[in-house]
Amino acid sequence: MLTRQEVLHIAHLARIHLTEEEITLFQRDLSSILDWVSVLQEVDTENVPETSQVTGLQNVTRKGDEISVYGKEKELLAQSPNEIMDHQIRIPNIMD
Amino acid sequence: MLVQKTMAELAEMLKNGETTSRKITEAYITEIEAKDAEINSFVHKSYDVAREMADASDARRANGAEFGKLDGIPVNLKDVVCSVEAPTTAASKMLQGFKSPYDATVWKRMKNAGMVLLGKVNTDEFTMGSSTGTSFYGITKNPHDLAYVSGGSSGGSAASVAANLSAASIGTDTGGSIRQPAHFCGITGLKPTYGRVSRFGMIPMASSLDCPGPMAKTAEDCALLLEVIAGKDEYDATSLPDEVPKYSEMIKKEIRGMRIGIPKEYFENLNDETRGILESAKQVLTDMGAVFTEISLPHTKYAPAVYYVLAPSEISANMSRYDGVRFGHKSEKATNLEEMYTFSRGEGLGDEVKRRIMTGTYALSAGYYDAYYKKAQKVRTLIKNDFDEVFKTVDVILSPVSPSSAFKIGEKTGNPLEMYQEDIFTIPSNLAGLPGIALPFGKSENGMPLGIQLLAPQLSEGILLQVGHQMQAFMKK
Repeated sequence: MLTRQEVLHIAHLARIHLTEEEITLFQRDLSSILDWVSVLQEVDTENVPETSQVTGLQNVTRKGDEISVYGKEKELLAQSPNEIMDHQIRIPNIMD
Repeated sequence: MLVQKTMAELAEMLKNGETTSRKITEAYITEIEAKDAEINSFVHKSYDVAREMADASDARRANGAEFGKLDGIPVNLKDVVCSVEAPTTAASKMLQGFKSPYDATVWKRMKNAGMVLLGKVNTDEFTMGSSTGTSFYGITKNPHDLAYVSGGSSGGSAASVAANLSAASIGTDTGGSIRQPAHFCGITGLKPTYGRVSRFGMIPMASSLDCPGPMAKTAEDCALLLEVIAGKDEYDATSLPDEVPKYSEMIKKEIRGMRIGIPKEYFENLNDETRGILESAKQVLTDMGAVFTEISLPHTKYAPAVYYVLAPSEISANMSRYDGVRFGHKSEKATNLEEMYTFSRGEGLGDEVKRRIMTGTYALSAGYYDAYYKKAQKVRTLIKNDFDEVFKTVDVILSPVSPSSAFKIGEKTGNPLEMYQEDIFTIPSNLAGLPGIALPFGKSENGMPLGIQLLAPQLSEGILLQVGHQMQAFMKK
């Protein structure tokens, strides 16, 4: 069973704020999921390579990368819930 | 009735001047307004745009300038496919009000083929789920019986096609999310080979597994739609460079001599009804000239565990973009940057999404990466190898789509693991990147639809569509 500390550590890594109820809920859920997937330990994977993608493609680059004007900067910036200043997104202080 | 026709039939009627795109579009709009309040499949409607697109199609046709066979046919898109004409919200609080400034390649190609957008349809939140129950907009009910789920995550897609609210839909399949709802709602759904259809502009869940694909009434319709959307995309580095065959021609060949395998591991723990359906399907295919062999996929039982390590890991990476900065929900309560991230994500994301992000974060974290993520990647290789071996002796695999027909709403909400087990027959093909099709077949003893699944090697979706179409034609007689 995951400890409360471990749950809070994961939540911090994932940058998700959990309520007290959620900490208890996810402590239970994550523990049972992690238990369930530990069945993989019984599989012999000695000398088996990992599969991270199934296409077999390598080093796919765009042909003829020509510079063109995108033109939709305003629309993209308009998606932000923050104030826009000088084509930049204004966010809270990073450092105190 | 127009809304009951297949896309192939509508295309024929348009060609012969028996109807217009506007008439078909209005028929669907009327049907949506009459039926969808209780089904809840559409989450964003784009009627005005639809009418404009329909009129433009009719004008093209009047001038002999149609874009192609499917010009003027009304469809919808799962709420994770970006379109400029309607919001794209991934059925989440996090993206409420989000209007994409660009189109997904899938939709762009459909637009270039003249198709008409009725709106966006429901999904589990960020496509995480097997019932459409985690949606911000509430669950989509099964049109065959409103007490039952439509399945997920492409529940809105499946239900809207089944209820004649759209000629077809684009769904996405990461662990079975096209095939399972197709099966629950009694329609045809194709998961193409990974990389066959571009993922550009599709809100990602697990980037090595996600596959957009067609969902429609018949295999023929899926073939017509796949021809439009498949093919290399410069904007998706994982899209396959292979030429796109004429699927609508391929399906006309008969299947005499086709070698079909039934995996013996899939028969352990099957209920009588599902076993019965497979036996019936085997009989039909044998009558059509196919030849059956028993095959073995020894690592089958590990597939769900592999998936529920790998998918959450990729999810944890893909979901990190939702931080209240460039788009989406931002918490009013944040007083500094850290809180902006943690509160926005805490408020904007639902439980299942959080569950998967955290599972993935754990699996990828220092000290656990080897035991979970790396291990799962190795077992993934073994699962893929099982299929490669089997396809040396058979052309196609026959299997169930899901352990049973649609379950009742509320039945599997207690324990996340119960929901995860639903995907046992569909997950292996996602891990191996193979195409799979769900075909309606038979009815459960409670009257709900049932279906069968066919799997094929990479880039053989043409064979799946061929077997599907030939079966559907054979059974019509």
